[in-house]
Amino acid sequence: MRTKLLSLLAAVALLGACSTDPQTAATTSGSGASSGASTAAVTSTATESGPAAGSQEDLAVNVGDRVFFGFDKFDLTADARTVLERQAFWMRKNGAVTVLIEGHCDERGTREYNIALGERRANAVRDYLLTLGIDANRIKTISYGKERPVDGGHTETAWKKNRRAVTRVN
Amino acid sequence: MKMRFWGLFRHVALSAALIAGVLVGLPGERAYGELRIDISRGRVEPLPLAVINFAGAGEAARYGRDLAQVIAANLERSGLFRPINQAAFIQRELPVDVLPRFGDWRVINAQALVNGSVTVAPDGRLRVEFRLWDVYAEAQLEGQSVATVPGNWRRLAHVISDMIYQRLTGESGYFDTRLVYIAETGPATRRVKRLAIMDQDGANHKFLTDGSTLVLTPRFSPTTQEITYLAYYNRRPRVYIFNIDTGQQEVLGDFPGMTFAPRFSPDGNKVIMSLSRNGVTDIYTMDLRTRAVSRLTNSPSIDTSPTYAPDGRQIVFNSDRGGSQQLYVMSSDGDNVRRISFGRGRYATPVWSPRGDLIAFTKIVGGQFHIGVMKPDGSGERLLTSGFLVEAPTWAPNGRVLIYFKQIPGGQRGGGATRLFSIDLTGFNEREILTPVDASDPAWSPLIP
Repeated sequence: MRTKLLSLLAAVALLGACSTDPQTAATTSGSGASSGASTAAVTSTATESGPAAGSQEDLAVNVGDRVFFGFDKFDLTADARTVLERQAFWMRKNGAVTVLIEGHCDERGTREYNIALGERRANAVRDYLLTLGIDANRIKTISYGKERPVDGGHTETAWKKNRRAVTRVN
Repeated sequence: MKMRFWGLFRHVALSAALIAGVLVGLPGERAYGELRIDISRGRVEPLPLAVINFAGAGEAARYGRDLAQVIAANLERSGLFRPINQAAFIQRELPVDVLPRFGDWRVINAQALVNGSVTVAPDGRLRVEFRLWDVYAEAQLEGQSVATVPGNWRRLAHVISDMIYQRLTGESGYFDTRLVYIAETGPATRRVKRLAIMDQDGANHKFLTDGSTLVLTPRFSPTTQEITYLAYYNRRPRVYIFNIDTGQQEVLGDFPGMTFAPRFSPDGNKVIMSLSRNGVTDIYTMDLRTRAVSRLTNSPSIDTSPTYAPDGRQIVFNSDRGGSQQLYVMSSDGDNVRRISFGRGRYATPVWSPRGDLIAFTKIVGGQFHIGVMKPDGSGERLLTSGFLVEAPTWAPNGRVLIYFKQIPGGQRGGGATRLFSIDLTGFNEREILTPVDASDPAWSPLIP
């Protein structure tokens, strides 16, 4: 029993590492592989040792808590829409959850413009969730501009990860 | 005539009137034509000048040394003066009631000479008298007496520096000023940012907030001891006003969205800022007395970083309404919007010079950031400095020097730095402004009243 639980946890950790890697989320095209993995994670671990349903971890591991944007862009890519459709499904399933959408930018813009750009990104996510039937009262937005990168590097790879909107469970 | 002394400056018209009105206590004579270094001519050779330790007995002697040191350092940092090492001085003491031995100063090539005397009055106040001499004309150019409580002695040094600067350049000084900026610590992903304030030379440094809340983009009030800035209290980014004397912070208005990019109007009665709501960012003003709000722009674009012209009649801002970030000027009521930047790249953070003749900006082109200036009609663009990231120019109150911040990227393991730099309008004399920790978003105060 003990070893079985440990190996299960290891598997979860592995899947977790996989799907929270922003690179994976950023670059894999669409739902194919990653949503398959997510589904597997949900079915095999949700009941006992997985993240609590409706938690930030649940969202991040099993659904995808963030979408990515092009340089100086705020329109949603096909990949982003797929992630947000999963988020909407997840929010309907966890009807009590409210979220804060954080809009972020890379460091290659000026501070104040980026604050406005981050707001546009957060708002683009909010608008799409609304069209998917999520109640406006459940979604708030905030922009951090270039203040909160996930990757402090100064390369195109880092900037891609930082141009994002993250859905935070309150 | 004394052309040898003045010959180092361009466009200097010196008349006998200059020598006339310089009795102690008289303000500088202003009747003659304006003395001005023509900054469009590029680099000016720094003027060699001697600042002798101000004379004084006992405790006053220590103040005398410190005053001379601060004055010399101010003038040196301007890039327009070259203080001569005191070790080279032949005449080593010079109280104000003694005439300089001008020959001794000519030998070491001092063109100008500053001396003074310090006394501690019975009530404990410091009284400082100083003289500024034209060594080759053997004439006094300035003589003033100033007094303050001892704890304020550095301000005396700055006030005297400003008088010297004004007398020798024809432009008002900027040494009796302060900087407010954002002090930064910690890794990029969890940066801690605090409001901080210091004198323009880095002295009297003080953190104003504790770092528990993200704060950005401070600006001084032109009329009160207040700073407007952006803070993320309770995860709601909004414009606040910070009172430097009391430490009190107050949210400005109750807007249905995020407010940011605040600046005071030149009369200090309004704050102009951006309001973002539903993906649209427009420019608003709030009257600080009536709390009345006016909307100045109404477009689906990002309109931000608004700044008033010094006469308050026009506003420059940046907007992406034309497809990319560019600079626009409008009347203070929001009418007559016209684009002024047409070069390659993106333009941001426009700041109108206190003189009114130029607009400084950040420009992003070719993967680099630049600080530049252009005339208010968009002509005459000049880039002053460039780097991986240079941003947020702020003007000295005399419109001659800019301070901005520069991020020097580190490697994968960090090691980068974000620091303040000053640069002359000519693009010369770029210098780091030393701060205890990393620094960004500088804002220069007006001359302290």
